[in-house]
Amino acid sequence: MKLRTWMLCAAILLLTVLPLWFASAPPAPPGGESPAMFGGADERAQQAIGSIAPGYRPWFEPVFEPASGEIASLLFALQAAVGAGVIGYWLGLSVARERARRAAPSIQESRAD
Amino acid sequence: MHIMEGFLPPAHALGWAAASLPFLAWGLRSMGRGLQAHPERRMLLGVAAAFAFLLSALKLPSVTGSCSHPTGVGLGALLFGPAAMVPVGFVVLLFQALLLAHGGLTTLGANVFSMAIVGPFVSYAVFRAVAALGPSRSVAVFLAACLGDLATYVTTSVQLAWAFPDPVGGFGVSFAKFAGIFALTQVPIAISEGLLTVLVVNAMARFNAQELRALPVMALRAGKDA
Repeated sequence: MKLRTWMLCAAILLLTVLPLWFASAPPAPPGGESPAMFGGADERAQQAIGSIAPGYRPWFEPVFEPASGEIASLLFALQAAVGAGVIGYWLGLSVARERARRAAPSIQESRAD
Repeated sequence: MHIMEGFLPPAHALGWAAASLPFLAWGLRSMGRGLQAHPERRMLLGVAAAFAFLLSALKLPSVTGSCSHPTGVGLGALLFGPAAMVPVGFVVLLFQALLLAHGGLTTLGANVFSMAIVGPFVSYAVFRAVAALGPSRSVAVFLAACLGDLATYVTTSVQLAWAFPDPVGGFGVSFAKFAGIFALTQVPIAISEGLLTVLVVNAMARFNAQELRALPVMALRAGKDA
């Protein structure tokens, strides 16, 4: 069980890290220069739209745009931090509860859920 | 899988919004009822929402040389049913559309449809199907989360191909192009999401067996595993 958990973690890590070495550059669209390495797939879709329907113009602008890439990464980090914080709280609580349960198994049994 | 602001023609944007709204209403009702009946599940629902928040903020590199992110909605769909994940996905997408200029308000309907509706429902269906076949819970959870994630990105490709058919080859050529960008990039990321979801479900099964047993979806497997 423990070993399997570690192996799962390692697999996730490898799946994330290996592409950094083994990924080939995305193919250049006809008549355009090759897109940046590890740019967002969303932006590449945007470029693809540009090549399929060159006349298309977005008809709505984002209401608020992060002032810079740094601000955007700050907000993304905030989003991830909120998520990780909640999960961490739950995990900590769960581990502590489990420990308390083990320490006093009789209490757990007598308490009907 | 975010379709950028303004990048769907108005008719498509409206259509997808109209398609998503009933699901959102259904999801809110099912979520409200579920919490009223089982207030002890609030914590786990919070964890499932947090999982979606966390994962959809992580843009991971992929073999195609571009980055994309997992969706994280599969976990919640397995625990609380697919409808409950619609409002969660909606909140995540709204946050990103309003504050991050990632996705958009006009494309919110389409993005909700792919990430918060197709993803969770495919995850749930795959889980039920695989669970019925009888392999271990981990296998079912992995396949459900992985395929649900992938389905989201295939849906985005369909949405874009429908809105922007290739002038020569039509829908098919366009779909191949968008799927090459989204779905292909997503393959390793979907596998990562599947593995990660297995980890979280294992942790839940270990620490929250009591609450999990009460959940209709997991009761199915937890009973067989034990």
